[in-house]
Amino acid sequence: MNIVYPLLNVLIALLAAPLMAGIINRVKAFFAGRKGPSLLQLYFDIGKLLRKGAVYSRTTGVFFRLGPPVGLAAVFMALFFIPWGAYPAVLFFPGDLVLFVYLLGTQRFFMILAALDTGSSFEGMGAGRDAQFSVLSEAVLFLCLAVMSAASGSVSLNGMLCSAGGKIWQVSPPVLIVVVFVLYIILLVENYRVPFDDPNTHLELTMIHEVMALDHGGADLAMINYASALKFWILAALPAGLLFPYALNPDFPGNALLFFGIIAATAVLTGIVESGMARLRLLKVPQLLTAAAALSLVALIFLAK
Amino acid sequence: MLDGILMLLVLLNLFSLGSTRISASIRVVAYQGAAIGLVPLFLRGKIPGTMLLGIVFVTLLVKAVLLPGFLRYAQKRVNVRREEKTFVGVSTSILCGVAALGVAFFISSRLPLPFATASPFIVPVALSVSLTGSFIIISRAQALSQVIGYLILENGIYLFGIALFLEQPLLVELGMLLDVFVGVFVMGITIFHINREFEHTDTSRLSGLADWLPEERSLE
Repeated sequence: MNIVYPLLNVLIALLAAPLMAGIINRVKAFFAGRKGPSLLQLYFDIGKLLRKGAVYSRTTGVFFRLGPPVGLAAVFMALFFIPWGAYPAVLFFPGDLVLFVYLLGTQRFFMILAALDTGSSFEGMGAGRDAQFSVLSEAVLFLCLAVMSAASGSVSLNGMLCSAGGKIWQVSPPVLIVVVFVLYIILLVENYRVPFDDPNTHLELTMIHEVMALDHGGADLAMINYASALKFWILAALPAGLLFPYALNPDFPGNALLFFGIIAATAVLTGIVESGMARLRLLKVPQLLTAAAALSLVALIFLAK
Repeated sequence: MLDGILMLLVLLNLFSLGSTRISASIRVVAYQGAAIGLVPLFLRGKIPGTMLLGIVFVTLLVKAVLLPGFLRYAQKRVNVRREEKTFVGVSTSILCGVAALGVAFFISSRLPLPFATASPFIVPVALSVSLTGSFIIISRAQALSQVIGYLILENGIYLFGIALFLEQPLLVELGMLLDVFVGVFVMGITIFHINREFEHTDTSRLSGLADWLPEERSLE
Protein backbone atom coordinates (compact mmCIF):
# COMPACT_ATOMS: atom_id res chain seq x y z
CA MET A 1 0.00 0.00 0.00
CA ASN A 2 1.07 3.47 -0.76
CA ILE A 3 2.78 5.22 2.17
CA VAL A 4 1.25 8.56 1.17
CA TYR A 5 -2.23 7.86 2.51
CA PRO A 6 -1.12 6.78 6.00
CA LEU A 7 1.14 9.82 6.25
CA LEU A 8 -1.68 12.03 5.02
CA ASN A 9 -3.87 10.64 7.79
CA VAL A 10 -1.23 11.43 10.42
CA LEU A 11 -1.17 14.96 9.03
CA ILE A 12 -4.96 15.19 9.32
CA ALA A 13 -4.71 14.04 12.94
CA LEU A 14 -2.05 16.62 13.71
CA LEU A 15 -4.17 19.38 12.20
CA ALA A 16 -7.62 18.31 13.38
CA ALA A 17 -6.93 17.05 16.92
CA PRO A 18 -7.44 20.40 18.69
CA LEU A 19 -10.80 20.71 16.93
CA MET A 20 -12.15 17.87 19.11
CA ALA A 21 -11.69 19.89 22.30
CA GLY A 22 -13.67 22.66 20.59
CA ILE A 23 -16.46 20.22 19.70
CA ILE A 24 -16.66 18.92 23.29
CA ASN A 25 -16.87 22.44 24.66
CA ARG A 26 -19.51 23.47 22.13
CA VAL A 27 -21.66 20.43 22.99
CA LYS A 28 -21.34 21.21 26.68
CA ALA A 29 -22.23 24.85 26.03
CA PHE A 30 -25.27 23.73 24.01
CA PHE A 31 -26.57 21.63 26.91
CA ALA A 32 -25.91 24.41 29.38
CA GLY A 33 -27.79 26.88 27.17
CA ARG A 34 -24.71 28.98 26.47
CA LYS A 35 -23.29 30.03 23.15
CA GLY A 36 -19.88 28.61 23.98
CA PRO A 37 -16.39 29.34 22.73
CA SER A 38 -15.41 29.06 19.10
CA LEU A 39 -14.75 25.60 17.71
CA LEU A 40 -11.21 26.77 16.96
CA GLN A 41 -10.59 28.08 20.48
CA LEU A 42 -7.79 25.61 21.27
CA TYR A 43 -5.94 26.65 18.08
CA PHE A 44 -6.15 30.30 19.21
CA ASP A 45 -4.99 29.35 22.72
CA ILE A 46 -2.04 27.36 21.43
CA GLY A 47 -1.12 30.15 19.00
CA LYS A 48 -1.27 32.72 21.77
CA LEU A 49 0.77 30.59 24.17
CA LEU A 50 3.45 29.95 21.55
CA ARG A 51 4.04 33.70 21.24
CA LYS A 52 4.51 34.04 24.99
CA GLY A 53 7.61 33.49 27.04
CA ALA A 54 7.73 31.11 29.99
CA VAL A 55 8.67 31.79 33.58
CA TYR A 56 10.62 29.08 35.40
CA SER A 57 10.68 28.85 39.16
CA ARG A 58 14.10 28.58 40.77
CA THR A 59 13.06 25.36 42.57
CA THR A 60 12.44 23.56 39.28
CA GLY A 61 15.09 21.48 37.61
CA VAL A 62 15.68 19.89 34.26
CA PHE A 63 12.65 17.55 34.40
CA PHE A 64 10.27 20.46 34.57
CA ARG A 65 11.54 21.71 31.22
CA LEU A 66 11.84 18.20 29.80
CA GLY A 67 8.27 17.14 30.62
CA PRO A 68 6.22 18.92 27.93
CA PRO A 69 8.48 18.28 24.91
CA VAL A 70 9.10 14.63 25.79
CA GLY A 71 5.40 14.14 26.42
CA LEU A 72 4.50 15.68 23.09
CA ALA A 73 7.15 13.63 21.30
CA ALA A 74 5.86 10.38 22.85
CA VAL A 75 2.27 11.09 21.84
CA PHE A 76 3.46 12.15 18.38
CA MET A 77 5.20 8.81 17.96
CA ALA A 78 2.17 6.89 19.16
CA LEU A 79 0.21 8.48 16.29
CA PHE A 80 2.26 6.53 13.76
CA PHE A 81 1.13 3.15 15.12
CA ILE A 82 -2.59 3.72 14.71
CA PRO A 83 -4.32 2.59 11.54
CA TRP A 84 -6.77 5.15 10.21
CA GLY A 85 -9.90 3.45 9.09
CA ALA A 86 -9.21 1.51 5.93
CA TYR A 87 -5.62 2.77 5.71
CA PRO A 88 -2.85 0.89 7.54
CA ALA A 89 -0.65 2.53 10.14
CA VAL A 90 2.59 4.18 9.05
CA LEU A 91 4.64 1.85 11.25
CA PHE A 92 3.65 -1.60 12.37
CA PHE A 93 5.31 -4.79 13.53
CA PRO A 94 4.18 -7.75 15.67
CA GLY A 95 3.89 -6.63 19.26
CA ASP A 96 3.78 -2.90 18.53
CA LEU A 97 0.81 -2.58 20.88
CA VAL A 98 3.18 -2.82 23.87
CA LEU A 99 5.27 0.01 22.47
CA PHE A 100 2.08 1.96 21.78
CA VAL A 101 0.83 1.63 25.37
CA TYR A 102 4.25 2.50 26.79
CA LEU A 103 4.58 5.55 24.57
CA LEU A 104 1.41 6.82 26.20
CA GLY A 105 2.89 5.73 29.54
CA THR A 106 6.06 7.72 28.82
CA GLN A 107 4.05 10.85 28.22
CA ARG A 108 2.30 10.40 31.54
CA PHE A 109 5.52 9.55 33.35
CA PHE A 110 7.22 12.74 32.19
CA MET A 111 4.17 14.82 33.05
CA ILE A 112 4.28 13.35 36.55
CA LEU A 113 8.02 14.02 36.85
CA ALA A 114 7.54 17.61 35.72
CA ALA A 115 4.76 18.07 38.24
CA LEU A 116 6.83 16.62 41.08
CA ASP A 117 9.78 18.75 40.02
CA THR A 118 7.97 21.96 40.92
CA GLY A 119 8.16 21.00 44.60
CA SER A 120 4.56 22.10 45.09
CA SER A 121 2.61 19.77 47.35
CA PHE A 122 -0.49 20.61 45.34
CA GLU A 123 1.04 19.34 42.11
CA GLY A 124 2.46 16.33 43.92
CA MET A 125 -1.05 15.40 44.96
CA GLY A 126 -2.29 15.56 41.37
CA ALA A 127 0.71 13.55 40.23
CA GLY A 128 0.03 10.90 42.88
CA ARG A 129 -3.60 10.54 41.80
CA ASP A 130 -2.60 10.41 38.17
CA ALA A 131 -0.12 7.63 38.89
CA GLN A 132 -2.69 5.71 40.92
CA PHE A 133 -5.39 5.82 38.24
CA SER A 134 -2.97 5.13 35.41
CA VAL A 135 -1.84 1.88 37.04
CA LEU A 136 -5.43 0.67 36.79
CA SER A 137 -6.32 2.14 33.42
CA GLU A 138 -3.19 0.77 31.77
CA ALA A 139 -4.05 -2.73 32.95
CA VAL A 140 -7.55 -2.32 31.56
CA LEU A 141 -6.15 -1.06 28.24
CA PHE A 142 -3.89 -4.10 28.00
CA LEU A 143 -6.83 -6.40 28.73
CA CYS A 144 -8.81 -4.74 25.94
CA LEU A 145 -5.91 -5.11 23.55
CA ALA A 146 -5.65 -8.77 24.58
CA VAL A 147 -9.32 -9.28 23.72
CA MET A 148 -8.87 -7.57 20.36
CA SER A 149 -5.77 -9.61 19.72
CA ALA A 150 -7.57 -12.86 20.56
CA ALA A 151 -10.46 -11.89 18.31
CA SER A 152 -8.32 -10.96 15.33
CA GLY A 153 -5.42 -13.36 15.81
CA SER A 154 -2.91 -10.57 15.41
CA VAL A 155 -0.51 -8.93 17.87
CA SER A 156 -0.15 -5.64 16.09
CA LEU A 157 -2.52 -2.68 16.26
CA ASN A 158 -2.58 -2.62 12.50
CA GLY A 159 -3.63 -6.25 12.29
CA MET A 160 -6.29 -5.82 14.96
CA LEU A 161 -7.92 -2.72 13.57
CA CYS A 162 -7.12 -2.69 9.91
CA SER A 163 -6.12 -5.76 7.96
CA ALA A 164 -8.18 -8.26 9.95
CA GLY A 165 -11.00 -6.09 8.67
CA GLY A 166 -14.58 -7.19 8.94
CA LYS A 167 -13.55 -10.62 10.20
CA ILE A 168 -13.19 -9.35 13.75
CA TRP A 169 -16.92 -8.65 13.91
CA GLN A 170 -17.81 -12.16 12.82
CA VAL A 171 -16.08 -13.63 15.87
CA SER A 172 -18.50 -12.37 18.48
CA PRO A 173 -20.38 -9.07 18.17
CA PRO A 174 -21.49 -8.85 21.85
CA VAL A 175 -17.88 -9.23 23.00
CA LEU A 176 -16.74 -6.44 20.70
CA ILE A 177 -19.53 -4.13 21.85
CA VAL A 178 -18.26 -4.61 25.40
CA VAL A 179 -14.70 -3.90 24.25
CA VAL A 180 -15.77 -0.68 22.50
CA PHE A 181 -17.52 0.38 25.69
CA VAL A 182 -14.46 -0.33 27.85
CA LEU A 183 -12.21 1.46 25.36
CA TYR A 184 -14.47 4.47 25.70
CA ILE A 185 -14.12 4.34 29.50
CA ILE A 186 -10.34 4.25 29.03
CA LEU A 187 -10.61 7.26 26.75
CA LEU A 188 -12.41 9.15 29.52
CA VAL A 189 -9.87 8.20 32.21
CA GLU A 190 -6.78 8.81 30.14
CA ASN A 191 -8.02 12.18 28.94
CA TYR A 192 -9.16 13.23 32.40
CA ARG A 193 -12.75 13.67 31.28
CA VAL A 194 -15.75 13.96 33.54
CA PRO A 195 -16.61 10.90 35.53
CA PHE A 196 -12.94 10.78 36.53
CA ASP A 197 -11.72 14.36 36.51
CA ASP A 198 -13.38 17.64 35.68
CA PRO A 199 -11.43 19.68 33.12
CA ASN A 200 -13.23 22.84 34.26
CA THR A 201 -12.13 22.81 37.89
CA HIS A 202 -9.04 24.90 38.06
CA LEU A 203 -7.66 25.31 41.56
CA GLU A 204 -9.76 22.71 43.25
CA LEU A 205 -8.52 19.91 45.42
CA THR A 206 -10.18 17.31 43.25
CA MET A 207 -8.40 17.96 40.00
CA ILE A 208 -5.75 15.79 38.46
CA HIS A 209 -4.60 16.90 35.04
CA GLU A 210 -5.13 20.64 35.41
CA VAL A 211 -3.17 20.77 38.63
CA MET A 212 -0.16 19.15 36.99
CA ALA A 213 -0.04 21.84 34.34
CA LEU A 214 -0.47 24.73 36.79
CA ASP A 215 3.15 25.90 36.83
CA HIS A 216 3.73 25.52 33.12
CA GLY A 217 3.41 28.55 30.89
CA GLY A 218 4.03 29.75 27.37
CA ALA A 219 5.26 27.20 24.87
CA ASP A 220 5.36 24.48 27.55
CA LEU A 221 1.65 24.85 28.24
CA ALA A 222 0.96 24.93 24.51
CA MET A 223 2.80 21.62 24.14
CA ILE A 224 0.87 20.08 27.03
CA ASN A 225 -2.47 21.20 25.59
CA TYR A 226 -1.56 20.00 22.13
CA ALA A 227 -0.37 16.63 23.49
CA SER A 228 -3.67 16.23 25.35
CA ALA A 229 -5.61 16.94 22.17
CA LEU A 230 -3.52 14.38 20.26
CA LYS A 231 -4.04 11.85 23.04
CA PHE A 232 -7.80 12.26 22.77
CA TRP A 233 -7.57 11.65 19.04
CA ILE A 234 -5.37 8.57 19.49
CA LEU A 235 -7.57 6.95 22.11
CA ALA A 236 -10.71 7.79 20.14
CA ALA A 237 -9.13 6.13 17.11
CA LEU A 238 -9.06 2.73 18.88
CA PRO A 239 -12.85 2.30 19.32
CA ALA A 240 -13.38 4.14 16.03
CA GLY A 241 -11.14 1.59 14.32
CA LEU A 242 -13.24 -1.22 15.76
CA LEU A 243 -16.49 0.41 14.69
CA PHE A 244 -15.29 1.36 11.22
CA PRO A 245 -17.26 -0.44 8.55
CA TYR A 246 -14.58 -2.38 6.73
CA ALA A 247 -16.95 -3.63 4.08
CA LEU A 248 -16.18 -0.37 2.28
CA ASN A 249 -13.68 -0.41 -0.47
CA PRO A 250 -10.28 0.86 0.76
CA ASP A 251 -10.14 3.05 -2.35
CA PHE A 252 -13.41 4.72 -1.48
CA PRO A 253 -12.52 8.44 -1.23
CA GLY A 254 -14.88 9.14 1.69
CA ASN A 255 -13.02 6.74 4.03
CA ALA A 256 -10.88 9.38 5.71
CA LEU A 257 -13.93 11.61 6.09
CA LEU A 258 -15.96 8.77 7.62
CA PHE A 259 -13.22 7.99 10.11
CA PHE A 260 -13.01 11.65 11.00
CA GLY A 261 -16.77 11.60 11.47
CA ILE A 262 -16.59 8.70 13.94
CA ILE A 263 -13.94 10.50 15.99
CA ALA A 264 -15.97 13.70 15.95
CA ALA A 265 -18.99 11.66 17.08
CA THR A 266 -16.86 10.35 19.97
CA ALA A 267 -16.14 13.96 20.92
CA VAL A 268 -19.86 14.82 20.76
CA LEU A 269 -20.64 11.78 22.94
CA THR A 270 -18.01 12.91 25.43
CA GLY A 271 -19.62 16.34 25.56
CA ILE A 272 -23.02 14.74 26.22
CA VAL A 273 -21.60 12.45 28.93
CA GLU A 274 -19.92 15.43 30.51
CA SER A 275 -23.14 17.47 30.49
CA GLY A 276 -25.17 14.65 31.95
CA MET A 277 -22.87 13.28 34.64
CA ALA A 278 -21.20 14.56 37.75
CA ARG A 279 -17.61 13.77 38.59
CA LEU A 280 -17.20 10.63 40.68
CA ARG A 281 -15.86 10.76 44.18
CA LEU A 282 -12.15 9.98 44.05
CA LEU A 283 -12.68 6.85 46.14
CA LYS A 284 -15.15 5.55 43.56
CA VAL A 285 -12.76 5.88 40.62
CA PRO A 286 -10.76 2.69 41.36
CA GLN A 287 -14.07 0.83 41.76
CA LEU A 288 -15.24 1.94 38.33
CA LEU A 289 -11.88 1.00 36.81
CA THR A 290 -12.09 -2.41 38.49
CA ALA A 291 -15.52 -2.83 36.95
CA ALA A 292 -14.07 -1.90 33.55
CA ALA A 293 -11.31 -4.47 34.07
CA ALA A 294 -13.95 -7.04 35.02
CA LEU A 295 -15.87 -6.26 31.81
CA SER A 296 -12.83 -6.81 29.63
CA LEU A 297 -12.01 -10.01 31.55
CA VAL A 298 -15.53 -11.26 30.85
CA ALA A 299 -15.03 -10.43 27.18
CA LEU A 300 -11.75 -12.34 27.22
CA ILE A 301 -13.33 -15.38 28.89
CA PHE A 302 -16.15 -15.39 26.34
CA LEU A 303 -13.63 -15.26 23.50
CA ALA A 304 -11.38 -17.94 24.95
CA LYS A 305 -14.22 -20.44 24.95
CA MET B 1 -28.62 -12.84 19.43
CA LEU B 2 -28.71 -15.56 22.07
CA ASP B 3 -25.04 -14.91 22.76
CA GLY B 4 -25.86 -11.24 23.23
CA ILE B 5 -28.52 -12.07 25.82
CA LEU B 6 -26.14 -14.40 27.66
CA MET B 7 -23.45 -11.71 27.68
CA LEU B 8 -26.02 -9.27 29.01
CA LEU B 9 -26.86 -11.72 31.81
CA VAL B 10 -23.22 -11.86 32.85
CA LEU B 11 -22.92 -8.06 32.79
CA LEU B 12 -26.05 -7.76 34.92
CA ASN B 13 -24.42 -10.23 37.33
CA LEU B 14 -21.43 -7.95 37.66
CA PHE B 15 -23.68 -4.95 38.07
CA SER B 16 -25.62 -6.61 40.89
CA LEU B 17 -22.32 -7.42 42.60
CA GLY B 18 -21.19 -3.83 42.20
CA SER B 19 -24.28 -2.07 43.47
CA THR B 20 -25.05 -1.61 47.12
CA ARG B 21 -28.31 0.22 46.57
CA ILE B 22 -31.23 -2.14 47.10
CA SER B 23 -33.46 -0.46 44.51
CA ALA B 24 -30.73 -0.78 41.87
CA SER B 25 -30.32 -4.47 42.73
CA ILE B 26 -34.05 -5.03 42.40
CA ARG B 27 -33.97 -3.39 38.98
CA VAL B 28 -31.07 -5.62 37.95
CA VAL B 29 -33.01 -8.71 39.02
CA ALA B 30 -35.97 -7.53 36.97
CA TYR B 31 -33.83 -6.99 33.85
CA GLN B 32 -32.17 -10.32 34.38
CA GLY B 33 -35.53 -12.02 34.72
CA ALA B 34 -36.72 -10.34 31.52
CA ALA B 35 -33.58 -11.40 29.63
CA ILE B 36 -33.88 -14.98 30.85
CA GLY B 37 -37.58 -15.01 30.04
CA LEU B 38 -36.75 -14.25 26.40
CA VAL B 39 -34.20 -17.08 26.10
CA PRO B 40 -36.73 -19.83 25.12
CA LEU B 41 -37.58 -17.85 21.96
CA PHE B 42 -34.09 -18.49 20.65
CA LEU B 43 -33.95 -22.21 21.33
CA ARG B 44 -34.67 -24.71 18.64
CA GLY B 45 -37.07 -26.83 20.65
CA LYS B 46 -39.78 -29.19 19.52
CA ILE B 47 -42.56 -27.51 21.43
CA PRO B 48 -45.45 -25.80 19.63
CA GLY B 49 -45.42 -22.04 19.17
CA THR B 50 -48.38 -21.18 21.36
CA MET B 51 -46.99 -23.11 24.31
CA LEU B 52 -43.61 -21.44 23.83
CA LEU B 53 -45.24 -18.03 23.88
CA GLY B 54 -47.15 -19.09 26.97
CA ILE B 55 -43.94 -20.03 28.76
CA VAL B 56 -42.29 -16.76 27.77
CA PHE B 57 -45.31 -14.80 28.91
CA VAL B 58 -45.58 -16.53 32.30
CA THR B 59 -41.84 -16.26 32.95
CA LEU B 60 -41.77 -12.57 32.06
CA LEU B 61 -44.81 -11.92 34.21
CA VAL B 62 -43.39 -13.66 37.27
CA LYS B 63 -39.70 -12.85 36.95
CA ALA B 64 -39.77 -9.35 35.53
CA VAL B 65 -43.00 -7.91 36.93
CA LEU B 66 -44.42 -9.72 39.97
CA LEU B 67 -41.28 -10.61 41.92
CA PRO B 68 -39.48 -7.26 41.48
CA GLY B 69 -42.74 -5.45 42.18
CA PHE B 70 -43.18 -7.38 45.38
CA LEU B 71 -39.57 -6.79 46.40
CA ARG B 72 -40.01 -3.07 45.82
CA TYR B 73 -43.12 -3.14 47.96
CA ALA B 74 -41.23 -4.98 50.72
CA GLN B 75 -38.38 -2.49 50.44
CA LYS B 76 -40.79 0.40 50.93
CA ARG B 77 -42.35 -1.26 53.95
CA VAL B 78 -39.00 -2.08 55.54
CA ASN B 79 -37.48 1.21 54.42
CA VAL B 80 -33.97 -0.02 53.64
CA ARG B 81 -32.22 2.05 50.98
CA ARG B 82 -28.79 0.54 50.74
CA GLU B 83 -26.48 -2.14 52.02
CA GLU B 84 -24.48 -0.28 54.63
CA LYS B 85 -21.76 -2.79 55.30
CA THR B 86 -21.08 -5.70 53.00
CA PHE B 87 -18.80 -8.46 54.22
CA VAL B 88 -16.83 -8.21 50.97
CA GLY B 89 -15.96 -4.89 49.35
CA VAL B 90 -17.44 -3.78 46.06
CA SER B 91 -14.30 -4.17 43.93
CA THR B 92 -13.53 -7.56 45.47
CA SER B 93 -17.10 -8.68 44.86
CA ILE B 94 -16.85 -7.77 41.18
CA LEU B 95 -13.56 -9.61 40.82
CA CYS B 96 -15.07 -12.61 42.63
CA GLY B 97 -17.89 -12.49 40.05
CA VAL B 98 -15.32 -12.65 37.25
CA ALA B 99 -13.57 -15.52 39.04
CA ALA B 100 -16.93 -17.30 39.34
CA LEU B 101 -17.40 -16.87 35.59
CA GLY B 102 -13.98 -18.40 34.99
CA VAL B 103 -14.80 -21.32 37.29
CA ALA B 104 -18.15 -21.77 35.55
CA PHE B 105 -16.48 -21.91 32.14
CA PHE B 106 -13.93 -24.40 33.46
CA ILE B 107 -16.57 -26.65 35.02
CA SER B 108 -18.75 -26.56 31.93
CA SER B 109 -15.79 -27.56 29.78
CA ARG B 110 -15.48 -30.69 31.93
CA LEU B 111 -19.20 -31.35 31.90
CA PRO B 112 -20.16 -33.74 29.10
CA LEU B 113 -23.69 -33.06 27.91
CA PRO B 114 -25.74 -35.75 26.22
CA PHE B 115 -26.79 -33.37 23.42
CA ALA B 116 -25.72 -30.06 21.92
CA THR B 117 -27.09 -26.86 23.40
CA ALA B 118 -28.22 -23.89 21.35
CA SER B 119 -25.17 -21.91 22.38
CA PRO B 120 -21.86 -23.07 23.89
CA PHE B 121 -22.18 -20.29 26.47
CA ILE B 122 -25.53 -21.25 27.90
CA VAL B 123 -24.32 -23.76 30.51
CA PRO B 124 -21.37 -21.69 31.81
CA VAL B 125 -23.51 -18.56 32.00
CA ALA B 126 -26.22 -20.45 33.90
CA LEU B 127 -23.59 -21.74 36.33
CA SER B 128 -22.06 -18.30 36.78
CA VAL B 129 -25.46 -16.69 37.43
CA SER B 130 -26.11 -19.33 40.11
CA LEU B 131 -22.68 -18.82 41.65
CA THR B 132 -23.19 -15.06 41.70
CA GLY B 133 -26.52 -15.52 43.45
CA SER B 134 -24.92 -17.72 46.11
CA PHE B 135 -22.12 -15.20 46.53
CA ILE B 136 -24.61 -12.38 47.10
CA ILE B 137 -26.44 -14.48 49.69
CA ILE B 138 -23.16 -15.08 51.52
CA SER B 139 -21.68 -11.61 51.29
CA ARG B 140 -24.62 -9.32 52.07
CA ALA B 141 -26.02 -8.62 55.50
CA GLN B 142 -29.41 -7.13 54.65
CA ALA B 143 -32.22 -9.67 54.47
CA LEU B 144 -33.58 -8.06 51.28
CA SER B 145 -30.21 -8.40 49.55
CA GLN B 146 -30.22 -12.05 50.46
CA VAL B 147 -33.63 -12.51 48.88
CA ILE B 148 -32.25 -10.79 45.77
CA GLY B 149 -29.31 -13.20 45.81
CA TYR B 150 -31.76 -16.07 46.07
CA LEU B 151 -33.66 -14.78 43.04
CA ILE B 152 -30.45 -14.49 41.01
CA LEU B 153 -29.55 -18.02 42.05
CA GLU B 154 -32.97 -19.16 40.89
CA ASN B 155 -32.52 -17.29 37.59
CA GLY B 156 -29.40 -19.37 36.99
CA ILE B 157 -31.16 -22.63 37.77
CA TYR B 158 -34.06 -21.67 35.52
CA LEU B 159 -31.69 -20.82 32.64
CA PHE B 160 -29.97 -24.17 33.10
CA GLY B 161 -33.26 -26.01 33.08
CA ILE B 162 -34.79 -24.18 30.14
CA ALA B 163 -31.63 -24.57 28.08
CA LEU B 164 -31.28 -28.30 28.57
CA PHE B 165 -34.72 -29.65 29.11
CA LEU B 166 -37.04 -27.60 26.97
CA GLU B 167 -38.40 -30.82 25.50
CA GLN B 168 -39.05 -32.25 28.94
CA PRO B 169 -42.28 -31.60 30.81
CA LEU B 170 -42.55 -27.92 31.47
CA LEU B 171 -44.81 -28.44 34.42
CA VAL B 172 -41.67 -28.87 36.52
CA GLU B 173 -40.47 -25.44 35.48
CA LEU B 174 -43.80 -23.79 36.08
CA GLY B 175 -44.08 -25.49 39.45
CA MET B 176 -40.65 -24.18 40.34
CA LEU B 177 -41.70 -20.66 39.39
CA LEU B 178 -44.67 -20.96 41.70
CA ASP B 179 -42.42 -22.23 44.50
CA VAL B 180 -40.11 -19.29 44.11
CA PHE B 181 -42.99 -16.87 44.05
CA VAL B 182 -44.40 -18.26 47.25
CA GLY B 183 -40.92 -18.40 48.76
CA VAL B 184 -40.23 -14.75 48.06
CA PHE B 185 -43.69 -13.86 49.30
CA VAL B 186 -43.04 -15.59 52.62
CA MET B 187 -39.56 -14.05 52.87
CA GLY B 188 -41.01 -10.61 52.24
CA ILE B 189 -43.57 -11.02 55.00
CA THR B 190 -40.94 -12.41 57.37
CA ILE B 191 -38.61 -9.51 56.64
CA PHE B 192 -41.41 -7.10 57.35
CA HIS B 193 -42.14 -8.74 60.67
CA ILE B 194 -38.47 -8.93 61.65
CA ASN B 195 -38.21 -5.25 60.83
CA ARG B 196 -41.22 -4.42 62.98
CA GLU B 197 -39.81 -6.33 65.94
CA PHE B 198 -36.18 -5.27 65.76
CA GLU B 199 -36.20 -2.04 63.72
CA HIS B 200 -33.62 -3.43 61.28
CA THR B 201 -33.14 -6.37 58.92
CA ASP B 202 -29.42 -6.92 59.38
CA THR B 203 -29.04 -10.68 59.41
CA SER B 204 -25.51 -10.57 60.78
CA ARG B 205 -27.02 -9.57 64.10
CA LEU B 206 -29.34 -12.56 64.19
CA SER B 207 -26.53 -14.57 65.80
CA GLY B 208 -27.00 -12.40 68.87
CA LEU B 209 -30.46 -13.85 69.34
CA ALA B 210 -30.75 -16.14 72.37
CA ASP B 211 -33.15 -16.99 75.17
CA TRP B 212 -30.81 -15.45 77.67
CA LEU B 213 -28.78 -12.32 77.14
CA PRO B 214 -25.13 -12.39 78.19
CA GLU B 215 -24.13 -9.34 80.23
CA GLU B 216 -21.86 -7.84 77.59
CA ARG B 217 -24.55 -8.08 74.91
CA SER B 218 -27.34 -6.52 76.87
CA LEU B 219 -26.29 -3.04 75.79
CA GLU B 220 -27.03 -3.70 72.10
